[in-house]
Amino acid sequence: MRGLPPNRRAVVIAGLRTPFARSGTVYRDVTAAQLARHAARELLYRTELPGNEVDQVMIGQVVPSPLIPNVAREVSLLPQLPKTIPAYTLNRACASGAQAIANAADQIMFGHADVVLAGGVESLSDVPILHSKRFAQTLMAASRARTLGERVSLFARVRPRDLAPVAPAIAEPSTGESMGQSAERMAKENGVTREAQDQLALMSHQRAAAATEDGRLRAEIAPWFGGRDFAEVTTTDNGIRQDSSLDALGKLKPVFDRRYGTVTAGNSSPLTDGAAMTLMMSAEKAYSLGYRPLAAVRSYAVAAVDPGWQLLSGPAWAVPQALDRAGISWKDLGLVEIHEAFAAQVLSNVQAWSSREWAARAGRSEPVGEVDWERTNALGGSIAIGHPFGATGARIVTTLANEMVRRDVQFGLVSICAQGGMGFAMVLERV
Amino acid sequence: MSAFHVTFEQGIALLVFDLPGEPVNKLGPAAVADFERLFFGQLAQDPLIQAVVLLSGKPDNFIAGADIDQFLLIADAEAGAAMSQAGQDLINRVEAYPKPVVAAIHGACLGAGLELALACSWRIATDHPKTQLGLPEVQIGILPGAGGCQRLPRTIGLRAALDIILAGKSERAQKAFRLGLVDELVHPAILKEAAIAAALRLASGETPQRAPKAGLGGMLLDRNPIGRRLVYRQARATVLKKTGGNYPAPLEAIEAVKAGLEHGMETGLRVEREGFGRLAVSDVARQLIGIFFATTALKKDDGVPPGTPAKKFRRLGVVGAGFMGAGIAGTAVTQAEVEVRLKDTDLARVAKGLGSAQKILDGRLKRKRVTRYQHERLSALLSGTEDWSGFGRTGLVIEAVFEDLGLKQEVMADLEAAVPADTIIATNTSTIPIAQIGARLRHPERFLGMHFFSPVDRMPLLEVIPGPVTAPTAIATAVQFGRKMGKTVIVVRDSPGFWVNRILLPYMAEAGRLIEEGVPIDVIDRVMTRYGFPVGPATLLDEVGLDVAAKAGAVMHTAFGDRLAPSDLIPKLLADGRMGRKNGRGLFRYQEGKKAGVDESVYAVLGITPRSEVDEVDVRDRLSCLMLNEAAMALAEGVVRSPRDGDIGAIFGIGFPPFRGGPLRAIDASGPAMLVQRLEALTLAHGDRFTPCAALADHARAGQPYYSR
Repeated sequence: MRGLPPNRRAVVIAGLRTPFARSGTVYRDVTAAQLARHAARELLYRTELPGNEVDQVMIGQVVPSPLIPNVAREVSLLPQLPKTIPAYTLNRACASGAQAIANAADQIMFGHADVVLAGGVESLSDVPILHSKRFAQTLMAASRARTLGERVSLFARVRPRDLAPVAPAIAEPSTGESMGQSAERMAKENGVTREAQDQLALMSHQRAAAATEDGRLRAEIAPWFGGRDFAEVTTTDNGIRQDSSLDALGKLKPVFDRRYGTVTAGNSSPLTDGAAMTLMMSAEKAYSLGYRPLAAVRSYAVAAVDPGWQLLSGPAWAVPQALDRAGISWKDLGLVEIHEAFAAQVLSNVQAWSSREWAARAGRSEPVGEVDWERTNALGGSIAIGHPFGATGARIVTTLANEMVRRDVQFGLVSICAQGGMGFAMVLERV
Repeated sequence: MSAFHVTFEQGIALLVFDLPGEPVNKLGPAAVADFERLFFGQLAQDPLIQAVVLLSGKPDNFIAGADIDQFLLIADAEAGAAMSQAGQDLINRVEAYPKPVVAAIHGACLGAGLELALACSWRIATDHPKTQLGLPEVQIGILPGAGGCQRLPRTIGLRAALDIILAGKSERAQKAFRLGLVDELVHPAILKEAAIAAALRLASGETPQRAPKAGLGGMLLDRNPIGRRLVYRQARATVLKKTGGNYPAPLEAIEAVKAGLEHGMETGLRVEREGFGRLAVSDVARQLIGIFFATTALKKDDGVPPGTPAKKFRRLGVVGAGFMGAGIAGTAVTQAEVEVRLKDTDLARVAKGLGSAQKILDGRLKRKRVTRYQHERLSALLSGTEDWSGFGRTGLVIEAVFEDLGLKQEVMADLEAAVPADTIIATNTSTIPIAQIGARLRHPERFLGMHFFSPVDRMPLLEVIPGPVTAPTAIATAVQFGRKMGKTVIVVRDSPGFWVNRILLPYMAEAGRLIEEGVPIDVIDRVMTRYGFPVGPATLLDEVGLDVAAKAGAVMHTAFGDRLAPSDLIPKLLADGRMGRKNGRGLFRYQEGKKAGVDESVYAVLGITPRSEVDEVDVRDRLSCLMLNEAAMALAEGVVRSPRDGDIGAIFGIGFPPFRGGPLRAIDASGPAMLVQRLEALTLAHGDRFTPCAALADHARAGQPYYSR
């Protein structure tokens, strides 16, 4: 951050992730812990970092498995690392991976850590399916029952409807509105057209496909060996459609409002499994170990809005705050990465940043800035690449940092909308 | 200094066995005398002592067994039987002890140690991986001669007892508990307290309650004479099939067990000690005990320049994810518990290698050698790559790409660029000279050969081959790491074929010529398995792969000339598309990966008809004498450092019959002169390749054996 002694700045050394895969495909038999461990282990190997240099591990995850509630600890217990590295798992919804990196930066700047493995993971193939409350209570009571008779009588009370499993829904607990419904509402309230959304989705796929083809995305991916005898090797994200077209996207039916809606499966991010890790260090540690940092964390900010209002508009507040904290303005940004939960949300955020009305809402006299698409989501975004909730933030930071080096720009911005009406923004700076 | 000392707690005597100056407890004459004096003296007589707990003072060892040295002093069968009887009497007296005796077992409890424990009133063992109970006697050609053949079946039932005695195996504490061999299983931290508590219970008059392990099998087989007769017969048949009748110990053990169960303890003990006496002075036991001492001696005199520290490292690199590379990777993860980075040129190969390396790990889980959690942790040690990532922090890299000099040199150049200057680099080759592979290295002093045998996880030998300028640290590191991988390691000279293939290839070539002469394939294999090899040369050829054998044969031919010319068999079979087991077509037929008899169509491919009349002695001698002659020659050239290393290499590398003690012991057994004579006869009949080598002729003339004992 600004004003910090330069040797305590938190820098990104490298990032690596698993291929992102639509839930229920490549990783259907894999736990989130395995994904996160794979990404972390390969990151250690690629950076040739000795395991005993790692001070802390922080991982974002939104839907943890009840069997592995602290996935970060399972990562820090990799045999490549000493068993004595403390680790925790955090949940800032879709910004969790980025939040882990922000927390790592905090610890580094405080001087509490020099080397941190920070990232995120999600497996929606490995989600807990719950029992109904009534059946759960019966099971609990049965485990306490002393006699067979007691147990039998307990289960005799169970009705067929009690046995129906309960899957966790992606809905706001405070409003009951699903995220897709919110996006649909935002599209209408902000006047975002279906065409504009499909256009953005198409760009996401085309850019992601090109960046995969030219190796920029592949370089951030550790091959995954899966299936029986490891025979299935995955090296790329399986949601990217090279052959996507406006025509094909236009044919998809809206999901949340079949009649007047504009949000489709094509212009939304899919349910995805994957893990992404970054290696964070203090600048002084990086130089003493001989690493060349990609970028430093210049600032970050988190904001929240009323979830009952425009649920995914948090970035409208978080981004100007992060820019202020960085002491720079929008026009200083050489690259911008916006998390694409929904095209409707991205375009709403973009509109908000450029609007006087939104600026006034945020108590600012001037709009934040105009998005230049040449410098925004240059390698595609979550619509094409996929969106494992916990992992996306770390994916975006890594991609941004690498592209900042390639394009030699000084400042880059990360913007992520998150469940609960939250928004996350981070400014990276070349060092 | 006494091997036993006593402390007292709550009226219980704690008798601690701690053999001075030794890492493990062994029951030798001096230790036994100490035990008798204390145990049958003060502890028996003092009325204030209510019970005795027998403990070990060694960290992870209870009693490793009898002191094997004393077996070598036995002059004849009678003396052996007398020694056995002394042991039996001692154990009988322990069993008849007036006070309760509790064995508190942590660590290995083997042989005489277990026989002693079996006579105790109660056995408590720690639930710890180091705690193993067993009777390994047959592995050195004898039988449990201190009542073990009697008390084990009485304790755990006939079938379970034979299972342990005949294979000479040991069981982990958990399994021993399930079998009823152990009465209680406790955490190591409370072993002493639990043993005292048990002793107090027994002293207060409580009788040990043991549930009889019956079950249907128990009722039908263990507990009635007809069933038992079936079990004995079955056991004999299995033993004969496994040993080819070359190892008498398991058969004698069956007789001892049988005599005891059918005619009572007295008779059983008599048959047991007579069997022990005969076995103890048999050639087989002498050879097996010799091998035991030789492997122990090899660990101390291992070919590493004295005082050289081995390099410590956590990460191993393996280049080449083929069958050998994957085997090395899987074994290193499983046994040495190091990180392994497995590299090949494309991800599909890497994936295949990772898959077969993982299978080795999965096998350990399946056989319950590791827990699910250990398995998970070990699995995470294994990873693969198509670039050199992760090689920057490897302590040792083993290259295991295809046997091709040019390719290996190319890989070496890339590898050297990817690792730090002090990473030790080894090449896994079976025949190519190490000096040539390392010729273009910038730091050849950190380079050497490590010749593993296939399949790596099961073959126990490793040849370490220093190159012309290899530094002592590199040798020390390779030897120590080989041991960590569970291998017996011999250091050999950089000479074509090194030791094992040097003596194996002429034997294989001769087998090829025999087939071409019309000797049926199965006859050759049968003759040599009867000689004592685990598999015959034809089966071995299929296992190794004909392509591999051809390459190795060519290297040897070039190096040593016509004496080591390969047979014409292999090129003919290769031309017919036969590569052995790997492509399911070789000298044998394969059905779903299983060998299914000789492939009769081979004879047509070779244009011959198999002979019906075969001189089996001639077949045996042509094969064995050729190998022995080559062994004598290679030893004289200094390929191995000593006859001991050569014999161990042959036994562990190619399964040379252990009861023959190795090729050089075998020469001693027949006498060098006899072998020279036989070779001369074979030369007349079959050609110059049988010419006895100069070294052998010298030995014969001087009448000097390879071993003094």
